[in-house]
Amino acid sequence: MNDRSKKKGDGSPGLAFERPIEEIEAQIAELESLSLSTRLDISSEIEALKARLRETIDKTYSELSAWERVNVARHNKRPVANDYVTELVDDFFELHGDRTFGDDAAMMTGFATMEGRRFLLVAHRKGRTTKERLECNFGCAHPEGYRKALRKMRLAEKLGLPIVCMINTPGAYPGIGAEERGQAMAIAENILAMFSLRVPIVAIVIGEGGSGGALGIGVGDRVLMMEHAYYSVISPEGCAAILWKDGERSPDAAEALKLTSKDLLELGVIDEIVNEPLGGAHRAPSVAMNELKRVLLRHLDELIEIEPEALIAGRHTKYRRIGAIEGRFPTVAPSLGEIDVPPRGAAAPDSNGSAPGLTSRVEGADGRAQRRGGGAGPGS
Amino acid sequence: MADDPKQNDAPKKKGDSKAKAEQDQAEPTEKKQGRLSRLRFSKKKDMPGGLWLKCESCSEVIFRKELEEKGRVCPSCGFHFTVPGRERIAMVLDEGTWREQFAEIEALDRLNFIDSTPYSEKIARTVKRTGQNEALLCGFGEVLGKPIVLAILDFGFMGGSMGEVVGEKLALAIELAIRDRRPFVVFTSSGGARMHEGVLSLMQMAKTCAALKKLNDVGGFSICVMTHPTTGGVTASFASVTDIVLAEPGALIGFAGPRVIATTLKQELPAGFQRAEFLLDRGMIDNIVARDKMRETIARLLDYVDEAPYESAAAAVRHA
Repeated sequence: MNDRSKKKGDGSPGLAFERPIEEIEAQIAELESLSLSTRLDISSEIEALKARLRETIDKTYSELSAWERVNVARHNKRPVANDYVTELVDDFFELHGDRTFGDDAAMMTGFATMEGRRFLLVAHRKGRTTKERLECNFGCAHPEGYRKALRKMRLAEKLGLPIVCMINTPGAYPGIGAEERGQAMAIAENILAMFSLRVPIVAIVIGEGGSGGALGIGVGDRVLMMEHAYYSVISPEGCAAILWKDGERSPDAAEALKLTSKDLLELGVIDEIVNEPLGGAHRAPSVAMNELKRVLLRHLDELIEIEPEALIAGRHTKYRRIGAIEGRFPTVAPSLGEIDVPPRGAAAPDSNGSAPGLTSRVEGADGRAQRRGGGAGPGS
Repeated sequence: MADDPKQNDAPKKKGDSKAKAEQDQAEPTEKKQGRLSRLRFSKKKDMPGGLWLKCESCSEVIFRKELEEKGRVCPSCGFHFTVPGRERIAMVLDEGTWREQFAEIEALDRLNFIDSTPYSEKIARTVKRTGQNEALLCGFGEVLGKPIVLAILDFGFMGGSMGEVVGEKLALAIELAIRDRRPFVVFTSSGGARMHEGVLSLMQMAKTCAALKKLNDVGGFSICVMTHPTTGGVTASFASVTDIVLAEPGALIGFAGPRVIATTLKQELPAGFQRAEFLLDRGMIDNIVARDKMRETIARLLDYVDEAPYESAAAAVRHA
């Protein structure tokens, strides 16, 4: 992890592809300052270089490997939660602590207002300077971080505020204290509880979506992903070390894990990709963040219209059938009564295009369920 | 995260060559693992062949037959060895009551994942070796006459890892419990999420919790017994959020594996770290139950709930 805190892209071997781009950028900067100081007319040269820059970036970024994308997601200049708060949010009131053990700096929670919409923001905090990064363990939250998130999410539910989760973590912290205080239990409680929250939840992977540490604040009615973010069950390094027995094989692991936004959209795990400006969010942070804002507000506005019961039913179905292939798995038919009826009020399952729970009614004589015939796919 | 170990730790870190040599002599097979060897976390899925074997906890040499007769509990130190899934079913359920469900669902290599060998080949080999299609066995059964839905996560099948099919079968089993109003009992032994299935395996953590949420909604009852070892995405999902969480004595239970933690922190882990007793002491599990008391314990717990928990409207409202 210490390697990652090195200055800029040039320190990381995974960002070697950025070097030609950075060289042209440096040349342009040099020519521009030259033209200012000497009043020589070299605008045509600069224009030519800029065209070459666009071409180079375009070519480079259209051919990024999975491993290169992982390194873009970890780029030192990539916008982090604090940047989103500064750039996009009109008001932010931070709420600290889990009121049991402590205040985890790796997890940021607070009330936020954006274009008149109020919501609870839950975000992994990574920090930018080395000092900041150390303070929040490079975005690796402890159990108290997940418990803080849950406590504030329950408050949001009470107040009827939607929840926006910004995911950016290499993973939950692996340490003695974290285990002593129940890292696994804290994450599991969060996942379970997020299925019951009666307010809209939008989760966005803005950088690194590291395994259970990401999912601990990652259950949502909509799951979005920035174009160059990654979301994976294990870090490519960890996977390479275990399966290849060689940490140097991270690029192969990254490829095999299918962890890019495009892969995840195809697998049906995420709902939408938020496009980044040419050359990645670190090249034009403001553009990237505002695009996220646009997409986020659209989803929030849609979700706000859905009744809580339907929201919860839809969320259940989304994850119950996540990544499903039609007809691949059997279904348990509700043959013994009305177990699928929501306790209060009638759910309106079609309001988001999917039906809750146990849908198919096909069952064999021996009580063994048959393959699912038709019905709604995952999510919507 | 500190890179510099404490001063007094330093000699150990650098590798006291003499001590290391001694260790290597005593444990030639664990040579490569160096100082982490004492964690005794064996990757062996089943006990090696031969008449004798060594206890992973006390290193006593045990007669294999004796161990099996004693329910795979070390006669010398009481260490609870990992139990193959089929054996566990026989240990827990009344004879002749097991009716397996969803056994036919096969794993699928959706990412075309290849490391040293293609994942699909690994599955095929494991299926052939174990005679079962996946790491999760589930079905109906009875414990001292009380009907349950039982699920077993079998370490012998790819380390009991949770991929798409394991997650799906767990969700289906929970849905059977909902439909037939039976308590849901699950035994875990697992290395966590199955990385060969990428983010799809991660999503099983959410899928299984979603199913449990549904069970809670209708007032259903769930018990998880964590056995050696239970780590990663299994501990961090359904296994930790059942109504009752039990563990077998000495079971390794945690989020990050001990090797990962030791490597990250670059320090020795405290004795007993991540063992069942450690978790009980920290308030993370309800109780520790020895293997020979497991059947009656489950039946005793079921006594508290079999008075129609599913009828409880209050429960449904509370969880809504």
